[in-house]
Amino acid sequence: MSATPASPLHLAVALDGTGWHPASWREQVARPRDLFTAGYWADLVAEAERGLLDFVTLEDGLGLQSSQFGELDGRTDQVRGRLDAVLTASRIAPLTRHIGLVPTVIATHTEPFHISKAIATLDYVSTGRAGLRVQISARPHEADHFGRRTFPPIDLGELRSPAGQERLTDLFDEAADYVEVVRRLWDSWEDDAEIRDVATGRFIDRDKLHYIDFEGRHFSVKGPSITPRPPQGQPLVTALAHQTVPYRLVARQADVGYVTPRDAEDARAIVAEIRAEQEAAGRAGELLHVFGDLVVFLDDEQSAAEDRRARLDALAGEPYTSDARVFTGTPAQLADLLQELAAEGLTGFRLRPAVAGHDLPAVTRGLVPELQRRGVFRTAYEADTLRGLLGLARPANRYAAA
Amino acid sequence: MTSKPLKQIHLAAHFPGVNNTTVWSDPKAGSHIEFDSFAHFARTAERARFDFLFLAEGLRLREQGGKIYDLDVVGRPDTFTVLAALAAVTEHLGLTGTINSTFNEPYEVARQFASLDHLSGGRSAWNVVTSWDAFTGENFRRGGFLPQQERYSRAKEFLATANELFDSWHGDEIIADQATGVFLRDAKAGSFVHTGQHFDIHGQFNVPRSPQGRPVIFQAGDSEEGREFAASSADAIFSRHATLTDGQAFYTDVKNRLAKYGRRPDQLLILPAASFALADTDAEAEELAREVRRQQVSGATAIKHLEFVWNRDLSSYDPEGPLPDIDPDVSGDHISKGRAQVRMYRDPLATAREWRELAAANNWSIRDLVINTGNRQTFVGSPATIARTINDYVQADASDGFILVPHITPGGLDDFADKVVPLLQEQGVFRTEYEGPTLRHHLGLAHPDAADDRVAS
Repeated sequence: MSATPASPLHLAVALDGTGWHPASWREQVARPRDLFTAGYWADLVAEAERGLLDFVTLEDGLGLQSSQFGELDGRTDQVRGRLDAVLTASRIAPLTRHIGLVPTVIATHTEPFHISKAIATLDYVSTGRAGLRVQISARPHEADHFGRRTFPPIDLGELRSPAGQERLTDLFDEAADYVEVVRRLWDSWEDDAEIRDVATGRFIDRDKLHYIDFEGRHFSVKGPSITPRPPQGQPLVTALAHQTVPYRLVARQADVGYVTPRDAEDARAIVAEIRAEQEAAGRAGELLHVFGDLVVFLDDEQSAAEDRRARLDALAGEPYTSDARVFTGTPAQLADLLQELAAEGLTGFRLRPAVAGHDLPAVTRGLVPELQRRGVFRTAYEADTLRGLLGLARPANRYAAA
Repeated sequence: MTSKPLKQIHLAAHFPGVNNTTVWSDPKAGSHIEFDSFAHFARTAERARFDFLFLAEGLRLREQGGKIYDLDVVGRPDTFTVLAALAAVTEHLGLTGTINSTFNEPYEVARQFASLDHLSGGRSAWNVVTSWDAFTGENFRRGGFLPQQERYSRAKEFLATANELFDSWHGDEIIADQATGVFLRDAKAGSFVHTGQHFDIHGQFNVPRSPQGRPVIFQAGDSEEGREFAASSADAIFSRHATLTDGQAFYTDVKNRLAKYGRRPDQLLILPAASFALADTDAEAEELAREVRRQQVSGATAIKHLEFVWNRDLSSYDPEGPLPDIDPDVSGDHISKGRAQVRMYRDPLATAREWRELAAANNWSIRDLVINTGNRQTFVGSPATIARTINDYVQADASDGFILVPHITPGGLDDFADKVVPLLQEQGVFRTEYEGPTLRHHLGLAHPDAADDRVAS
């Protein structure tokens, strides 16, 4: 360990069904029959809050889950079906007090006007703890659920071809416009627009409401929002990114980017690329978090974690693979890894519990105390808002006269 | 002597809206956007054993004369998101949200209602509204794309498509047997194909069947098309006919339309919006009613309401002075945007003539005229008077109950809950405890069975 005090880490947990391993639902702790109840999600988020985590993300999608990238797999041996992530987050918000709530939204098929007011409302409901994770969908079967666009078949290999890269760039450009609209709408009311001036009968000062007049290649949106500026001003915008095109989205529009480094060297390269893009986007002075994503199997003994992973792989019929590095071991080993990666410029981590009912408590009751002992994680919530927890100031309104 | 058994009354609470019914200038008026206001309002409604809470929606801020209208409450939350949060602070109360079928897609809305129904344990309801205007459309990717005459055709197909999605899961698909490793009974769960004039979609819906099967469906339009839509497809109507004779006429009209769709009268509830002025005595309530109407119509508001008819900038007129001599402008675009109310004045020249005569005969100023021609509170009186009137209207088939619209946020329902509801309970016409977990239970509506519907269609 270095002698200088380590900078504190930020920790988030990514919630998806019963966990990220496809056989996780078969574990005793998994509660698969409760997946479509509020109580299940409330319990998970309460556990995350007990561990003083910065926030949870909630996965979502506009089609059934699949083990295949671009199409449905027809499998019946894995969790299928899910609840809307924004509504799940909102259902939990009144039951929690400190933890951030970051649902996934799909930019490709939804309306930025609706999502902007939905996340603003989540921010009101949680008194300043809302964010979003923006995602695209290139899947043809999800486009068929909307019937407004037709997407050609895709697989991961094809996406790496020049034509595939062009399609991806297009979808991410659209997502960047989408986030721009969402953000402008959050600012479309100045904070003091509501005046309740009985003398003149005016409820608002309409000079403090602003048309956003967004005109883009994919859509135009007039504004202002129907919802006043949310408590945080700008709720948190986050995105997962695996390569240059999405790194650019993170650099242009996000407060937190999730990346998937294989090792410390990879982490250093990814962080350098995002920082360069950040500078190119004119955001050099702004705080932009880069979090490492890791799938975690956590047990007090490394052999127990390995056995558990092997048992789940046997149930699934194949070894588990992921876009993110898969960690299998003890809280102390994970703490070592997180500190090693943090030394390369990652400011936090989003952990994906392999089994939510096991690995989430292992994070909050094992990893967190370990990081606290090392002086790199909070021992109490130090702020009332999600931006506050992440060290992000409440931003000035882009439309307010200076 | 034989008599009809007493009807049970249904009561709901409309969160005060963004119009001049809501008095924001009162010292008791709280926030219209902080969650605490919604939670207070919902908890009051649940304490009073109301059937449900009702939220309106508007997707573009209103404008008049090209400027954002600033005299009423402006700003509200996203309907779905606030209802999901209210599910956390209530246990039984139904959660009814207005969602526009024009500026949404069936797959997404069906996901949201099915999710809300799961997250509330079966308490969701959808007030299906439709619009066509390009003004609101400027906030959306697709713009104002719908010809006015197609709005009900799209709304009907939208609802039918959403129902197909709700019914695409039958409720028995999820096995989740940890021992055998079977999660889903059927790999094709949620399959749907819809081919129609407005929607051409197919695939698999990704929210399993919710506790109510489908949300309770409300309809609010009053036109001939709206009434047919309700008779064919809705579980309840949010109507505006809250007086005895008007209510009875509407009730009879709509219930008589049900037979041709193979439906019984008890399968469609008629629930008019109703405002109230409640005080200890009838005389005090009359005084309160007058005072509230003056609060609702400030001088500035009176001028703006006159502009709805005149369709001209009347800002140079004195609200305490006489009505304008000039006639309404019937030539062009309407001065007011995003407001359904202005369509009420079909013949502005005649309305202006009539109003001038009324004002002259009564010596009314502009403000007096607007106050006196505007809506009087539906119920004015002591707790006993209001309880009796509500019960009389329901037993006389003017409605099946009421959606109450208080004028103060968030405490405007408190006195009603504490003083009127107990009297209705004493008369045996309103529940003292919730009898079931879902909104369909509260409203006496059957839970749809997806499998049966599938066989029948």
